[in-house]
Amino acid sequence: MALPQAKLTATEDRLARLSMPEAPGWSALPRAAALARVETMGLPGRRDEYWRFTNPADLVAADPVPSTHHARQKTQVFDQMDRVRLVFVDGVFDAAASDDPALAGVEITRLAEAQEQDIHWAADLYGTLEAQGHEPVERPLAALNTAYATDGVLIRATGKAEKPVNLVYFHESETSDAILHHVIKVESGADLTVLENGPAAARFNKVMEVDVADGGAFHHVRAQGRDHDRRAVTHIFARLGAESLFKSFTMTVNGALTRNECIIDMTGDNGVAHVAGACLGDGDFLHDDTVFITHDAENCESRQVFKKVLKNGATGVFQGKILVQPGAQKTDGYQISQSLLLDDDSQFLAKPELEIYADDVACSHGSTSGAIDETALFYLRSRGVPKSEAVDLMVLSFLAEAIEEIESAEIREEIVERLSRWLSRHRG
Amino acid sequence: MLEIKNLKASLEEEGKEILKGLDLTVEAGKVHAIMGPNGSGKSTLSYVLAGRGGYEVTEGAATLAGADILEMEPEERAAAGLFLAFQYPVEIPGVGNMTFLRTAVNAQRKARGQEEMDAATFLKEVRAKAKDLKIDAEMLKRPVNMGFSGGEKKRNEILQMAMLEPKVCILDETDSGLDVDAMKLVADGVNAMRSPDRGFLVITHYQRLLDHIVPDVVHIMVNGRIIKTGGPELALEVEKNGYANMIEEAA
Ligand SMILES: Nc1ncnc2c1ncn2[C@@H]1O[C@H](COP(=O)(O)OP(=O)(O)O)[C@@H](O)[C@H]1O
Ligand SMILES: [Mg+2]
Repeated sequence: MALPQAKLTATEDRLARLSMPEAPGWSALPRAAALARVETMGLPGRRDEYWRFTNPADLVAADPVPSTHHARQKTQVFDQMDRVRLVFVDGVFDAAASDDPALAGVEITRLAEAQEQDIHWAADLYGTLEAQGHEPVERPLAALNTAYATDGVLIRATGKAEKPVNLVYFHESETSDAILHHVIKVESGADLTVLENGPAAARFNKVMEVDVADGGAFHHVRAQGRDHDRRAVTHIFARLGAESLFKSFTMTVNGALTRNECIIDMTGDNGVAHVAGACLGDGDFLHDDTVFITHDAENCESRQVFKKVLKNGATGVFQGKILVQPGAQKTDGYQISQSLLLDDDSQFLAKPELEIYADDVACSHGSTSGAIDETALFYLRSRGVPKSEAVDLMVLSFLAEAIEEIESAEIREEIVERLSRWLSRHRG
Repeated sequence: MLEIKNLKASLEEEGKEILKGLDLTVEAGKVHAIMGPNGSGKSTLSYVLAGRGGYEVTEGAATLAGADILEMEPEERAAAGLFLAFQYPVEIPGVGNMTFLRTAVNAQRKARGQEEMDAATFLKEVRAKAKDLKIDAEMLKRPVNMGFSGGEKKRNEILQMAMLEPKVCILDETDSGLDVDAMKLVADGVNAMRSPDRGFLVITHYQRLLDHIVPDVVHIMVNGRIIKTGGPELALEVEKNGYANMIEEAA
């Protein structure tokens, strides 16, 4: 079917600005296939049902909206952790600022280098999970990423990783338009934690494909913050084997336009997948969490826990789905999306969905939008806690269920600390 | 210490008058009890004094150690020395009991121009006071009132009161839902805080709490007013005959 003219023009304009790497090696094939997908699907537009709540114009436009760059912060959110840092500046790898990627139990290469090698484990994976992620909803910005990614990190965990891998993004050019594509393979019985933080670029398109083999465990914690004019679209495509564990948590503060998609396919029995997010938005802020979890095996557990605190005209979006395929008996699916609106100008748009084709399952979902609980607020104030501090405590209380999804107490405390500081800077 | 004069208050939304001209003075060092049938406005009085929203004071005054509290924000009233033990303590998920207590203690100290209590001293004090109230360490770690039984919530209120060292303590039906042992713990906690420069206003439905916290003065509140004031014997009279006679007498 031919694309509508407006979509076709927008897609052509965007593609005209991009070019594939000169020596794509084995990635040439998946890149070409991805480009063909983009051309067939066309890039998203306002009219698309999947973008009903979030206008993708700035993510699709030929050029990024220029944005203020950010001096490298002296302290980073995961500084307390012993970790391997891999630094990208406006999407370009910065070897000098990065740690030596040698890590017991883990093999790390960069896409830009690996694609030139004759044989690489990621060759079979690059673009594969993304390609499978367009049913039943198309995700053209992810296909665009596969086609044009300039770099990324390929991580294979073969055992228990000695420490977390931290992808750090810096943003120094006001017009940078970064496209990074990471591929992660967690082998059977391996255990890996990936941390991500930093503003990245004026516009950022990131894909992370995560393949967790039977009995593997993958932990992901991401902090999106500081950059008020962030325009970013990110996709996580995960395939989970039997008895595997996948946990992803994202903290988002600030950001003019952030769309985080997470697409998880539970393909083996007894898997566990948790995706959570806590976000704080003040003013010119749009944050969209779009999650799609497919249960395609028995006795798997999935949780989606998304909490948004919005004020001064901020907008929060949640589109979440649990799809239980025929035969996925004993599925335990839970989804909660809630917003705390601190004023009447802010809004929360939610589309929670359950689609179930198995008869022996326990799935629940809920979505609420509400103001601060006046009784609890009074209780805190009656003990002498000033109103502004009491509101902050109530906000943290509201976010708690999402934050508790972070397994590491150390990271949890750091995230709470960051959120508290943000709150005290954004009173009124 | 706490002086209430001709206090009249209505529900803000419905305009319905609940407190209809209430006079009451709690002197330092004294324990006053308020008894009265359900719906007579006892909780409303405690909320109006503590500054909860939703009520409009239409007439009268209330001062704490001479300061007009009705004009203050709830946190200012707390810093001025007012404490209300809630009839229904509120559960707050995700906020640790200790964090909450420390935030409260230090906020009040700051408001009074005192230095913050350091973490070690704070911890030592909480532990000692919690022990007296048989509140175990595990309870202190939990989020505020989450998963607490009715009795544990009431004991937690007393713990907060002990840590905040207020000038005037209002206890709203702190005995309701307590078994005899728990009531004794609560009463011991209150009695331990009795001092020449602190006043208590104990709201209760039943005489039995007053066996443990022996009041100096007992007031009978009906329909938004104090209709009778006397000594501890008044509580016994209520226990025996109910309120009907007193209401008739006052009419
Ligand atoms: N927020 C409120 N909304 C509606 N009615 C209220 C509210 N607060 C108090 N009332 C009414 O005011 C009256 C007094 O209530 P309350 O102060 O709770 O009495 P008591 O504590 O003596 O039982 C009752 O009729 C009650 O229904
Ligand atoms: Mg009451």
